[in-house]
Amino acid sequence: MAENAIELIGINKSFGAVRANRDIALEIPRGTIHGIIGENGAGKSTLMSILYGFYQADSGEIRVNGKTAAIKTPNDAIAAGIGMVHQHFMLVENFSVLENVILGAEGEALLTKSIAKARSELRRLEKEYGLEVDPDALIEELPVGLQQRVEILKALYRGAEILILDEPTGVLTPAEADHLFRILEQLKEQGKTVVLITHKLREIMAITDNVSVMRQGTMVATRKTSETTVEELAELMVGRRVLLRVEKGEAQPGAVKLAVKNLTVRDSRGVTMVDDVSFDIRAGEIVGIAGVAGNGQSELMEAVSGIRKAVSGTVMLDGKPIDLTGQADPGELRDRGLAHVPEDRHHVGLVLAFDESENSILGYHDKPQYLKGPFLNLEAIQKDAQEKIEKYDIRPANPRLKTANFSGGNQQKIVLAREIEQDPGVLIVGQPTRGVDVGAIEFIHKRLIAMRDQGKAVLLISVELDEIRSLSDRILVMFAGRVVGERGPEATEGELGLLMAGVEHKEAAE
Amino acid sequence: MSTPYAKLPAWADYGLIPLVNLLVAFAVAGLVVLLVGENPLRAAVILVEGAFGSGQGIAYTLFYATNFIFTGLAVAVAFHCGLFNIGGEGQAYIAGLGVGLVALAFDSVLPWWLTFPLAILASALVGALWALIPAYLQAKRGSHIVITTIMFNFIAASVMVYMLVNVLKPVGSMAPQTRQFLEGGQLPKLGWLLAEFGLKVRPSAPLNISFLLALVMAFLVWVLIWRTKLGYEIRTMGFSPKAARYAGISEVRIIIVTMLISGALAGMMALNPIMGDQHNVPLDFVSGAGFVGIAVALMGRSHPAGIVPAAILFGMLYQGGAELAFEMPNISRDMIVIIQGLVILFAGALENMFRPTIQGIFASFSPRSVGISATKGERA
Repeated sequence: MAENAIELIGINKSFGAVRANRDIALEIPRGTIHGIIGENGAGKSTLMSILYGFYQADSGEIRVNGKTAAIKTPNDAIAAGIGMVHQHFMLVENFSVLENVILGAEGEALLTKSIAKARSELRRLEKEYGLEVDPDALIEELPVGLQQRVEILKALYRGAEILILDEPTGVLTPAEADHLFRILEQLKEQGKTVVLITHKLREIMAITDNVSVMRQGTMVATRKTSETTVEELAELMVGRRVLLRVEKGEAQPGAVKLAVKNLTVRDSRGVTMVDDVSFDIRAGEIVGIAGVAGNGQSELMEAVSGIRKAVSGTVMLDGKPIDLTGQADPGELRDRGLAHVPEDRHHVGLVLAFDESENSILGYHDKPQYLKGPFLNLEAIQKDAQEKIEKYDIRPANPRLKTANFSGGNQQKIVLAREIEQDPGVLIVGQPTRGVDVGAIEFIHKRLIAMRDQGKAVLLISVELDEIRSLSDRILVMFAGRVVGERGPEATEGELGLLMAGVEHKEAAE
Repeated sequence: MSTPYAKLPAWADYGLIPLVNLLVAFAVAGLVVLLVGENPLRAAVILVEGAFGSGQGIAYTLFYATNFIFTGLAVAVAFHCGLFNIGGEGQAYIAGLGVGLVALAFDSVLPWWLTFPLAILASALVGALWALIPAYLQAKRGSHIVITTIMFNFIAASVMVYMLVNVLKPVGSMAPQTRQFLEGGQLPKLGWLLAEFGLKVRPSAPLNISFLLALVMAFLVWVLIWRTKLGYEIRTMGFSPKAARYAGISEVRIIIVTMLISGALAGMMALNPIMGDQHNVPLDFVSGAGFVGIAVALMGRSHPAGIVPAAILFGMLYQGGAELAFEMPNISRDMIVIIQGLVILFAGALENMFRPTIQGIFASFSPRSVGISATKGERA
């Protein structure tokens, strides 16, 4: 048997004029955990999609276990022993674990036999890899970490020897991520090969044996993880030296700008998402809200910015209440100096089909400087957009270009420029660097610190614990809709991780 | 995962692809003509000549196109807000009541140039009101506008039959229609305009001044959608209701305002056949123009500059098709409907069928001309 589980030779793939992958060569030794890192748009996902049969390479060769493999569809990939765990799970929510595992491999018309077979097979996998999960539980009732485990089981059930994981820890708590890593270690010990795609350098250092770095469609380097450093990898990814730590001075908190008291918010199904939450934010400080995605941070942010209706509680902006009960109007809040960078820039913060300049006035299109009577003042809008493009180094510097054609980082800069340049007193920022490349992250972080130093109140919500810790002056942790703790920026990751997992909360309740 | 797709230059997007779609539609239609034992080439010649070969033909073609411009614009404005107004048919039909009442009331006292503006207002108002109820139900109650506007088409048809048979029919008349309008309720014809170009047009040709009104409305719709604050808000809502909510744009207000404009445009269509041609309000004067408007808006990419040519194309199919049915005995009126259906199918419904192929060809020949853009779950 060959020594390499996967060998890619001279892979090229273009989409129109863009060469997403050029001349990629990659060797992944059997029985190792191999990390692939790169900025957004570096070509990681394209490469893995080629390996898993979603796309076909324009040229090049794929060898699995030393033999040339023609992978034209995901079925070919599965037959070659390649399994994939997607970033967004491909599970049927109201099916049981067992039903999901046999989906696509049901066998005969009657399911009794294949379910029995799957049940015994799952028991074996559970023993071998520590992948315990109740086979009869419904997917929708399982926490995210377990759902991911079902995805891994699905791949193993189909006989995968090579497992590709695409950004697997994005939705996990630190503890869940650790558990996942232990599972991956066990898979490795059993001789499986794991390919881990991520943009988190810390994970690469923690678990991989080798790491390959992609930049702008090329494979720039492959290193033994033990022989490299975070700094070197970051530099390879971006192509220049990157400041990973954010430098900032002491906070100078002033008067209370935003006061949230006993806020309770329910979602459309009537489930309480924010449960009796109270906190203050002062001028000149950044308050971070940490938590695993889905613990009420989004709803909190939407309620405070007037997009979502609250059930009870008050929010005071500069000492005056915000209308939370009826049809709160985000436009009125903007006039009062509350700006909001939403979590979802693709559907909320931007209209991707608009020109850049059209997006640069979204929400402020009522302002007289952008209007001439009922008409848009196109000249003023263009000029304004051009100024922001220069100030925020948005590329390409073309206000007429469709927003969908900008990279994630530049799209985020468009939103930030729009909100910050209106000089708000309070800035609410959700996931400011999600899907944003390392270079732009540095820029965005500096901007947020600058806002703080100008005496603005900043509410930062992020699932990236590193980001929360390096930017915030105070950290609130949310779990199951409640604020379960407040810590200073010196809090350790482990301490915050426990809070995020609700451990202390449970103990306090007992 | 994002699916990258190549972006075409504008001329290919708006010119080449519709043209290819149209050619395929005609090729398939040609097969149908072949099946019934006629020569498709001769049929094509008759169709085009019937529509554009004479002043008379052009006058009819543009007359039909006038209807389709109004209804096409109506559908397009709603599309920009993400609404599918399938009720243009009913809005235009019921608006005939407004036109008719104005004409019947004032045709003996006012000259046409005073009746006309009143009739424009009346048609727009009645059309808008007919769209208001579905709009309100959609905005406030979430009742799907496709369902409600379809239902309102049926209601409009029944109301009009009742009004024409029981209320507006002159005593002693057998026909379910109003009395003939006097001169003050008749719009001037535009035959002289074609005559300026040396074309022969009989005075009976129906092309009238509402064609010019349609062109003015096309321009105003462009101004509305791309140059005003309201248009900006409509487009924001159409692309992303969540972004509109975030931007402080009231969903209820925008849906209702958009549907009022859409209904008003559909309503204006009633002017053309009623005051421009028939000079009375007959049964079924809309005869499917509301639905053709959907195809016109799709084919014209909801842009007035595309809608006007698309409307003229369908005007050609109507007029040339009538000639064809007359000239070729094997081709019945129903065959013409089949051909029109094929054009709608290829140009409207299957709009994206040839796109990937054409993009592939473009990408391989001149990769530099093709940009890349990622669709991240955003509706184009």
